[in-house]
Amino acid sequence: MEKKKYKIDMRVVENTALGSQYGLLKLVPASGSELPAIEAGQFVQVEVSDSKTTYLRRPISVNFVDKANNSLWLLIRNAGEGTRHLTSAPTGKLINVILPLGRGFGIPDTAGKRVLLVGGGVGVAPLLYLGHELRKKGFAPEFLLGARSASDLLMLEEFEATGKTYLSTEDGSAGEKGLVTTNSVFDYKFDKIYCCGPMPMMKAVASLARRKETDCEVSLENKMACGLGACLCCVEKNADGHNVCVCTEGPVFNINELPW
Amino acid sequence: MVNLSVRLGDLTLSNPVLTASGTFGYGEEYADFVDLNRLGGFIVKGTTLEPREGNDYPRMAETPSGMLNAVGLQNKGVDHFIEHIYPNITKYSSEIIVNVSGKCVDDYVAVCEKLSDLERIRAVEINISCPNVKQGGMAYGTTCEGAAEVTSAVRKAWKRHMMVKLSPNVTSIADIARAVEGAGADSVSLINTLLGMAVDVERRKPYLSTITGGVSGAAVKPIAVRMVWQVAKAVAVPVVGLGGIMNGRDALEFIMAGARAIEVGTANFIDPSVTMKIIDEITDFCERQGVKDINELVGII
Repeated sequence: MEKKKYKIDMRVVENTALGSQYGLLKLVPASGSELPAIEAGQFVQVEVSDSKTTYLRRPISVNFVDKANNSLWLLIRNAGEGTRHLTSAPTGKLINVILPLGRGFGIPDTAGKRVLLVGGGVGVAPLLYLGHELRKKGFAPEFLLGARSASDLLMLEEFEATGKTYLSTEDGSAGEKGLVTTNSVFDYKFDKIYCCGPMPMMKAVASLARRKETDCEVSLENKMACGLGACLCCVEKNADGHNVCVCTEGPVFNINELPW
Repeated sequence: MVNLSVRLGDLTLSNPVLTASGTFGYGEEYADFVDLNRLGGFIVKGTTLEPREGNDYPRMAETPSGMLNAVGLQNKGVDHFIEHIYPNITKYSSEIIVNVSGKCVDDYVAVCEKLSDLERIRAVEINISCPNVKQGGMAYGTTCEGAAEVTSAVRKAWKRHMMVKLSPNVTSIADIARAVEGAGADSVSLINTLLGMAVDVERRKPYLSTITGGVSGAAVKPIAVRMVWQVAKAVAVPVVGLGGIMNGRDALEFIMAGARAIEVGTANFIDPSVTMKIIDEITDFCERQGVKDINELVGII
């Protein structure tokens, strides 16, 4: 049985700019009701009500669910007019959100397995919550975060507090110089790799995982309209050659489900 | 108590609010947000004889107050609908209307023949106006001869209500409407999407894999209202209006311009419960203005 989805007004309780390109929005249900259960890797559809050029909702991955404070964290990149309106939302503002949406990450049954969470750019967003969920289930998640340079690394403190964190930067200003796929952490054998980031990075990590015969899941961010599996806009070709909706069949896919 | 019930020929709807094909899946996708039994009806995703994968990604681009799509009739085919979808949706009391598409006339006929066995499908919407397929679709809907050819062929195979969905990408939509009426249509719905295009200037490439696509959303509403008004003056069969309806006032514009019923499309993507709001707002308007029966407002312009 699919989990019930909700359309709720949420209040901005905190909005922190992370550099000039990103914002971290913390939202609580305006009614005071408890947030529904959300899986790591699921996403929400956020209405942008006050932008002249934004018509559709913006799909945003769940960065973290702070259960103690009943708050939902969204890490947002200023990709255009719509997301810029969200990252500039003042505290107290009400934002309409549909949640929870899509299929999240799969968590292995056996604790103690070695898992690596690889993120690039704003793709690190869902990995924080995933890391926490893995820890709750008895795993010791390790992170590999990639960025252009040190100043582009997002929420580093939170990641380091959640698990051992390795870094790759293209200019070498933090961690190892180069792309995540050349990081020496891959000398170790992992039981499972999770990846979210730009498409070329996810494809490179997927092929590395295949070579090492490591189970691997990736999270896609195709352009969507409805987020409910109705409009069929956000499709991705699966391993059988069929177009499937990223919003309902994903956004998380095991690489075996994809033709990569 | 306002009467919202309307009749499209022999088809009675509990209220004039339908959902537009391709924007509402098979209804159940919206079950968490909408009381499906409260809708006048829902028009399910464009259905073809054979399964279709649709066009390549990317298929969608946001445009000012609207969007472009080039889905290209992705669906699992009529047999899949009959076996796997239909049994799950007959529990709803609303009318279920199947949108039918084909790449040739025989396809439309074959799909309708298969649907004839389903007693809860009391109406089909014949799509001769999809701009996103290479064969069939809009190719039929842009000439009077092509539109009449599909309509009269389906008429022979389908005995229940036949709605024909018209393309706005024509010089005179009233002429096309008259042609399908003459060929046996029981009602006409309009407008399908307007052919459009958008370019990503940074990448120097079109946003859509197909280059062109169909524009929908609030941006098209004034065009749609004008066309509904023109068609309502030109034909005697009922007119179903759609194109950019976002709220009850938009719906009433179409009704006053001549639509007996309306379809809500792209707005479902922004607010999945918008159809309930639209029914409430139409009711509130009628109560406030002392309208006892929604039919009093149809075509008053």
